[in-house]
Amino acid sequence: MTSSAGLHLKTFALIFLMILFGPLGNVSLSKGMKTIGAISLHQPADLLRVGTQVLTSPFIWLGILLQLMFFVAYLLVLSWADYSFVQPAGSFAYAVVALWAYFLLHEPISPVRWAGVGVICLGVLIVGHTSPRTTEQK
Amino acid sequence: MAWETVLLFLIVCAGTSGELCVTRAMKTIGEVHDFRPSSLLRVMLRAIQVPWMWLGIALMAVAFFSLLGALSMENVSFVVPVTALSYAAGALGGQVFLGERVSRRRWLGVLLVCIGVTLVFLGRK
Repeated sequence: MTSSAGLHLKTFALIFLMILFGPLGNVSLSKGMKTIGAISLHQPADLLRVGTQVLTSPFIWLGILLQLMFFVAYLLVLSWADYSFVQPAGSFAYAVVALWAYFLLHEPISPVRWAGVGVICLGVLIVGHTSPRTTEQK
Repeated sequence: MAWETVLLFLIVCAGTSGELCVTRAMKTIGEVHDFRPSSLLRVMLRAIQVPWMWLGIALMAVAFFSLLGALSMENVSFVVPVTALSYAAGALGGQVFLGERVSRRRWLGVLLVCIGVTLVFLGRK
């Protein structure tokens, strides 16, 4: 067991990486799909065309890579930290997505939407502050 | 608008059902105590033999492609907050399908998430 301070630092570093990579991944996927444009599927050939566009978009692959890095950080931190601690910390991701969308993609975000995002963060925070296991292990 | 609703529905429902299936598969395997790479590999090999795992992965793939579809039409600052509805679907599904007890406090959090998503919908302009 490492020292408590070291463990705390390690935990916060990985949660920071989660909150950094997850939302950035979503923003990158969004940028990729916006570049492709609205999808219209009228015939089977459209699916192939859109599929090719999706799989050749650098932003989509960057998004998938970032989400994968988020997932690895998530799994690693869960190997020692409590789920009930990590999950609410992840609630900030909803606010961070909105921030990146505003600053990087220049999406217009109305005050009501900001308020909605804030309430969602609060809700996720409360959901996370409950017991992580309520079923009996067989 | 109709398509968007279907895609948002799929992201939330297919994603949550997928996670419930994966949870069910992992619970049949039992708690993981040993985190050495070779043991984790053995856990993975056992996990992919559980049919629930494959159903879960398929559903999560449906959710991912629905997310891509939704992002092609809508802003990410709209789509991602709406996906928080999975907390509501997850609480409901956990209670109904996995026999988990959902505390009043957790329902309160779920209620707040739903209010937040409603605000995000209202602030659409």
